Amino acid sequence: MKTFDYRTATALDDGLEPGAVFLAGGTNLVDLMKLGVATPDMLVDVNRLPLGEVTETPDGGLRIGAAVRNSDLAADPRVRSAYPVLSQALLAGASGQLRNMATTGGNLLQRTRCPYFMDASKPCNKHAPGSGCPARDGDHRNLAILGGSQACIATHPSDMAVALAALGAVVHVDGPAGPRSIAVTDLHRLPGDTPERDTVLEHGELITAVELPALPFAARSAYRKARDRASYAFAVGSVAAALDVADGEVRDVRLAFGAVAPKPWRAFTAEQQLRGRPATKEEFLAAADAELAGAQPLRDNAYKISLLRNLTAAVLARLAEEVR
Amino acid sequence: MTATMPGAVGAPLARLEGPEKVSGTARYAAEYPQDDVAYGWVVQSPVPCGRLDAVLADPLADAVAVLWHGNAPQLTAVEDPELAVLQSARISYRGQPVALVVADTLEAARRAAQVLQLDITAEEHDAVLRTDHPDLYAPETVNPGYPTETTAGDVEAALATAPVSVDVTYRTPALHNNPMEPHATIARWDGDDLVLHDSNQHPSGVAATVGEVFGLPPERVHVITEHVGGGFGSKGTARPNAVLAALAAKVTGRPVKVVLPRQAMFSVVGHRTPTVQRLRLGAEADGTLTAIEHVAYSQTSRLYEFAEQTAVTTRHMYAAPNRRTAHQLVRLDMPTPRWMRAPGEAPGMLGLECAMDELAAELGMDPIELRIRNEPAVEPEGGTPFTSRHYVECLRAGAERFGWSGRDPRPRQRREGDWWIGTGVAGASYPTMAQPSTARVRALDDGTFEVAIGAADLGTGARTILTQIAADALEVPAERVRIRIGDSTLPKASVAGGSSGSASWGWAVTGACRELRSSGQSEATFDTTEQVQQQETEGRHAFGAHFAEVRVDAVTGEVRVSRMFGMFAAGRILNPRTARSQFLGGMIMGMGMALHEEGVLNPAMGAWVNHDLAGYHIPAHADVEQIDAAWLDETDDQINPMGSKGIGEIGIVGSPAAIVNAVWHATGVRVRDLPVRLDKLLGSA
Repeated sequence: MKTFDYRTATALDDGLEPGAVFLAGGTNLVDLMKLGVATPDMLVDVNRLPLGEVTETPDGGLRIGAAVRNSDLAADPRVRSAYPVLSQALLAGASGQLRNMATTGGNLLQRTRCPYFMDASKPCNKHAPGSGCPARDGDHRNLAILGGSQACIATHPSDMAVALAALGAVVHVDGPAGPRSIAVTDLHRLPGDTPERDTVLEHGELITAVELPALPFAARSAYRKARDRASYAFAVGSVAAALDVADGEVRDVRLAFGAVAPKPWRAFTAEQQLRGRPATKEEFLAAADAELAGAQPLRDNAYKISLLRNLTAAVLARLAEEVR
Repeated sequence: MTATMPGAVGAPLARLEGPEKVSGTARYAAEYPQDDVAYGWVVQSPVPCGRLDAVLADPLADAVAVLWHGNAPQLTAVEDPELAVLQSARISYRGQPVALVVADTLEAARRAAQVLQLDITAEEHDAVLRTDHPDLYAPETVNPGYPTETTAGDVEAALATAPVSVDVTYRTPALHNNPMEPHATIARWDGDDLVLHDSNQHPSGVAATVGEVFGLPPERVHVITEHVGGGFGSKGTARPNAVLAALAAKVTGRPVKVVLPRQAMFSVVGHRTPTVQRLRLGAEADGTLTAIEHVAYSQTSRLYEFAEQTAVTTRHMYAAPNRRTAHQLVRLDMPTPRWMRAPGEAPGMLGLECAMDELAAELGMDPIELRIRNEPAVEPEGGTPFTSRHYVECLRAGAERFGWSGRDPRPRQRREGDWWIGTGVAGASYPTMAQPSTARVRALDDGTFEVAIGAADLGTGARTILTQIAADALEVPAERVRIRIGDSTLPKASVAGGSSGSASWGWAVTGACRELRSSGQSEATFDTTEQVQQQETEGRHAFGAHFAEVRVDAVTGEVRVSRMFGMFAAGRILNPRTARSQFLGGMIMGMGMALHEEGVLNPAMGAWVNHDLAGYHIPAHADVEQIDAAWLDETDDQINPMGSKGIGEIGIVGSPAAIVNAVWHATGVRVRDLPVRLDKLLGSA
């Protein structure tokens, strides 16, 4: 692999040299470096920064330090009781060993597992801009049906991010231009004709925390992931949802899709359609259809439409059932 | 566990090297410390067809040497053209080794390889197996020497008049051997002698082949293969890593280590060819088969003809007066397929046993009854009697253990919550083989016996079983036997392949031990060549029956295997502990074939897209819920002195079909192209 320098960040305003990248858990970055897909000149290790706490916010939410490990976050009793969808999503991802290393910030910034992106010997507009996208005519069974472009149909691989999107989490970042906050649904870019940029973060901006707003009805929330084997596999489709039902009617709902788009896909259209409607399977399916109306499937991934429809209806129906 | 006299064989002795393996002290090929070792990184072709005109190395990269056909020493051509590494400009597949970068560290070698510039003239390629390919041909024989085609009676006429028939086509994708330990070699020249620490299934074979490549007699090549982390056929012969390491060691004058990265395992070391199989079965209304036809299509490379013997098992499974089996092969610009656990039997029995299940459904007959009704008395094609055949007993006893009786034969009848539930059955068979081997035994002064044979233990327990066999032949407790294997300087053993290791090596060990006792000498050597060559080859098979219960999620189409059970009749079981492990391992690999494994082809690129264990799925622990294997007490005194049949491969034969049949029973959907994944079931689930 390419030779690189390494240093430890000791303060948030340490900065980041040109050609440098931050290293947290390393569960994705180090693999990409071995494969020659990521070739940083320097790694700046942020593991010693004081970003490892989960604290309660004054308005009743949670602030999760960017360095909190996935396994710790999944086990946090406050997460388990107030935001079960997040705990379930974390535990659906990767393996025990990886969750022990992977961090909250790093999980959001992990890169697509599109097989062409992961192979430096093959064309890919994400790792070699302008080289083309062989996935459109090639292997795209597990690639995007929503939000893709001619240049790229990669999917974002995170389970955790899907739950965060449903919960309306806010990402706090710090960097050369000072701190700022970004809705998690605005963190990831759609590829357009510049798929090499995954997120809106500028060079040197570091995720410091992810904040979960108070969302009392998220105590009734769930994550369901469909995959090609029982564990240790990325989703081929997933749904994160929280549901507030009263008198058989949807008062509020949060819904996000995973493994179908270049970003965790918050289903705003479906949510909008469902509010005030009866909490029935027919309504859930109709809402999913509304969200998926804009899907642009390719030869081998149209099944994701049926999958997401079914998952949406099943997850929401189960949450509605819990109310009764 | 202490083995007591008499009868070490049959005792559940734990693997002798177990403590070394779990404590990390067992050494695998790449783990032998060497002074001044250099690291080789294989540069693979980025195109499937063309010519390598030049290689331009970055002078800033810290490479000790960059070898390619423009500067590599000339090698002697041997039977396997894959071993003529760096000898020609011709590129025959994407992933073919075209250069080797040698450096002081692994990281430097890898980096120098990444920035190496290859000047390549690419040519048009053809990567797709199809049944109307104009270049399809019938090979002279299929692996390892079976007739390509067999016929009896008149299949067309029988099918035309059969009251019930099926005509189905099943497809299996390219499958990739992925032993946990990748192919690895450390090569060192001691003067003109070559020492190889190499991960393989056949130390003496590797010594002979690599010797031939470098113009050396086999005794000048010392191959050390103490522990092997799996092979599944991909290490049956010397692979390019061994030649590349030896070549680089020669050029640099240093020991050189070449360990294939996981990605290279998908192209350089062989794989199971994709297959397309058309099966036509005709039957009377009572289920009596009148016609069996099995035509199999597979691919090989431009470099080497490997003809998978897909339809061969169909020749002896069931009786029918009219029968035909045939193979068609096409050369493509793709890597060379080779042996992968039960080559031929594993994909072929998927086709046959799924077709039998389809026929049973057409007949409205229990699939076990259909099989029992068509049990042959002798080999259906040649009339040779079976040395032993307890297939029907496996079906019956297995059905009893699994709880088959009372099964509603109709599909899509059982639902629990979101799960559709179904069960399936399939038969298994694997040939019983032995190859010539030699063993030596010495009585030592301390009262122990040293038994030596150049066998390889791939993690199967071979070392342990040979100890048990020797103990019984010597009539001493197993503790008094010291076994030496895994070294080409020991008496020559056959390959750990074809499920024949225990039979071949155990035969030689038994012979040597008996001779030692009868001669009264302190050393004896026994060569089985004559005895093995006198053996009849027909009518020798192990049999089994697989049972599976699956559930299919009505929401997602996800398939989970709730239960797997295998009942086998495989001669005398030498060690129930290691045998069980072999059976279960094969069955789990069969689950992978049914549900997970697929080399995903990108035709335009002439390559499989997935080439690591994140993208090429095999079962994870969570996929294996309830699984068990059992066996019948089978006595067979015609096959070898132990009465044992091979068990390394029969577990993967038939188990995929049992799962695919169970998926149909659960959902009513016949998935005829493997693997059975959720997208193929979603519409109906």
